[in-house]
Amino acid sequence: MNIHEYQAKEILKAYDILVPNGRMVKTVRQTQEAVEEFGRLCVLKAQIYAGGRGKAGGVKKVNGSVHASQAAGDLLKNKLVTVQTGNNGLAVKCLLVEEIIEIEKEFYLSITLDRRTSRYCLIASAQGGMDIEEIARVSPENIHTLYIDPFIGVRSYHARGIAILLGLKGKIVEDCVKLIQNLYKIVLEKDCSSIEINPLALSKAGKLIAMDCKINFDDNALFRHPEYEKMIDVSQLDPMEIQAKKLDLAYIKLNGNIGCMVNGAGLAMATLDVLKEYGGEPANFLDVGGGASREKVAEAFRIILKDRNVKGIFVNIFGGIMRCDIIAQGIIDATTGIAACNLPIVVRMDGSRLVEGKNLLSQSGLKIETVDNLGDGAAKIVQRVIKKRRVIAN
Amino acid sequence: MAILINSASRIIVQGITGKSGLLHAWQCRDYGSNIVGGVTPGKGGATIEGFPVFDTLNEAIYATGAAVTMILVPAPLAAEAILEAAEGGIELAVCITEGIPIRDMVVVKRYLQDSKMKLVGPNCPGVITPGECKVGIMPGAIHKKGNIGVVSRSGTLTYEAVKQLTDAQLGQSTCVGIGGDPIIGLSFIDVLKLFNEDPETKAVFMIGEIGGDAEETAAEWIKENMRKPVAAFIAGLTAPPGKRMGHAGAIISGGKGRAADKIVTLIECGITVAKSPTKIAEAMKQALNMKS
Repeated sequence: MNIHEYQAKEILKAYDILVPNGRMVKTVRQTQEAVEEFGRLCVLKAQIYAGGRGKAGGVKKVNGSVHASQAAGDLLKNKLVTVQTGNNGLAVKCLLVEEIIEIEKEFYLSITLDRRTSRYCLIASAQGGMDIEEIARVSPENIHTLYIDPFIGVRSYHARGIAILLGLKGKIVEDCVKLIQNLYKIVLEKDCSSIEINPLALSKAGKLIAMDCKINFDDNALFRHPEYEKMIDVSQLDPMEIQAKKLDLAYIKLNGNIGCMVNGAGLAMATLDVLKEYGGEPANFLDVGGGASREKVAEAFRIILKDRNVKGIFVNIFGGIMRCDIIAQGIIDATTGIAACNLPIVVRMDGSRLVEGKNLLSQSGLKIETVDNLGDGAAKIVQRVIKKRRVIAN
Repeated sequence: MAILINSASRIIVQGITGKSGLLHAWQCRDYGSNIVGGVTPGKGGATIEGFPVFDTLNEAIYATGAAVTMILVPAPLAAEAILEAAEGGIELAVCITEGIPIRDMVVVKRYLQDSKMKLVGPNCPGVITPGECKVGIMPGAIHKKGNIGVVSRSGTLTYEAVKQLTDAQLGQSTCVGIGGDPIIGLSFIDVLKLFNEDPETKAVFMIGEIGGDAEETAAEWIKENMRKPVAAFIAGLTAPPGKRMGHAGAIISGGKGRAADKIVTLIECGITVAKSPTKIAEAMKQALNMKS
C-alpha cells in the first residue's frame, strides 16, 4: 500500500527524524497562506502515488504568494504524467508546501526486503538525489548495504559503520546513528515493505533532514493497522481496482478488450500470456483466488463488465479447491438480466464437478461457449472478439 | 522414495477445526495420506471427522508420532504455527496459508536457519507424491505416478502443468509448490537438490513467474550441478511493470524480475523453456529427448 510524501513525513517526524517545515494543502488559498507562513521562498510538491515528479514539473520553487498561487493553480488543475505514472498520469489533489533548506550534501537511505537473504536490508549512498537504480549503474562502489539480522536488529555500531562510510564526521555521525535506528523502528512498528529517504540532506546548518520520503506498507500486515485505511487517497487509484480490493480480489486494469477471470495468480498471468500469443489483448488481470464463493465470482464478473473496453470475456478456472458448479452459478448470477451479456463469453473449467458446471451453463440459456483446454479457449475468445469487431465495422 | 513425503509419512494438520483445515484434512485422507490428527488451541480432546484434536502441537507429536505438519491457520497466527512446528521437532512443515506479514516471515526464516525443519511455503498448494501421499490443497486426481519432479512458485498454474504432463503420459515423482511469497522456506534450488538425489526422479519441470531472481539463481545452479534434464515455464511475459500480479512476490520493480530476462538466462543455462503455457508437456518431452 502506497501513501503520500506528506503522510510519510508525518511518520518520520513522529520518530524524531527531521523534515522541512511544511504543510499539506488542497487549494490555492491554503497554498498562499502556507507560503506566507514559511517565508516567501518555498517549494510546492505535487502529491501523487508515483515518483519522477521533479523531472515532470511536479515540484516547483516559488517566490512570494502571487507566484505560489499561480503555480499551485497549475499543479492542482492538471494531471501529472511522470515516467512512473503511465500515459494517463495521476490527478493532483493536494500539494506539500515546504520551506527551502540550504543543502550542503545529499545522501540516499532506504530499508527494503532483500528476497535473497530474507532479511530487511539497509541501503545507503553518499550519492543522493538520484534513483538507486541509477546510482547502482553509475557508481556501484558508492552503495553500502547492511543485511539486518532480525534477532539483534540495527545496533549502534552497525549504524555508525554506515555513517562513516557515508563520509560523515563529528557530531553528525551520532545523529545519523539515531536516524538509522529510528528508520528501522518505523519499518517494524509500521510494517513497511519499504521506506526510502532520498535525498537525505545535510543542511548548511549541520542537520540531517529527510527532503523526500516514500513509504510502502506491507499489504499482508494491514490487519494490524486499521488506521491505514483512512490514509488511502482514492483519487490515486483506479476505481475498479478499489472495488476489487474491497472484495478481496486481485484486479489490475490493462489496455486491451478481452476481460479475464482466472483463479490463481500464476495461472492468471499465464492466461494473459496465451491471449497475447493468439493475437488478443487482455483488458485486465483478475485473480478470484482459491476459495472464491458464488457471490465473489458474480462480483468479479460485474467488475469486468464495468470496463467499457471489454468486448468479450474469457473465464479460465482450474478447480482445485474451487468447484466448477459454483463458478458456473456465479457466472449465471452475474450475467442474468445484464444487457452487456450479448458479449461473447468463453469458459474453460477444469477440476471438481466439471460436468455439473458445464450442464448449468448449457441449461442457462446464455450464449456461453465452453472449451476443454487453455489453448482452445484463448483461440476461441480471440476469434469471437475479432469477428465481432468485423461485424461492427461492416 | 520420491522426495519429502511418501506413504509412510505421519501428518498433523494445524488449524484442523477451521473450515479449510477440515476440508483439506479430509481430502488428504481420502487421497490416502496418513493424517493422524490435528491441532486447534482450545479444542483439545475433541474428535472431528475421526481426527483426534490437540491443544498444542507438542501433545499431538507425543501422541501420534507425527513428523509432518500441514498448516492451515489464519495469516495473523501462521508464523506462530510454523515456529511451534520447528521448535517441536517436526521434520517437514507445509504452510498453505496466504497473506503472512513480511515482518513475521523474516523472523521465521531466521529461526529456521538454526533448525532442521524443512518448510514448504507459505502461500503454496503443498506437496504431493502421486499415488502415495498428498499434503496440500491440490486436486489429487490430475496427478499420475511417474518420474517427473515438478517444482513451482504457483498454485493453479501447477495444476495446469501437471494435467498436461499427465495427459501426455508423463507421470510425476513428487510435485512441490514452493509458494508465491517473497519469503519462503525451501527454494527452487533446495527442491532441485532433492530431485537430483532421488532415484525415482528422471527429469524436472520448473514453473516460475515474474519478480525477484529465484529462477535465475536456480538456472545457474542447474547449469553447474543438475544431472537430469530440466524444462521450465515462466509466467508473466506480458505483465506490466510496477503492478503486483496477485502474488506478493510477483512484481517487476526497477526493471528487474522480467519474464523475458529470466527466459534468456534459463535458455543460456541449458534449460528447455516452454514458449507457451499450452506447451508444457512438449517442452518436457523435448528436454527428455535431448538428454537421451
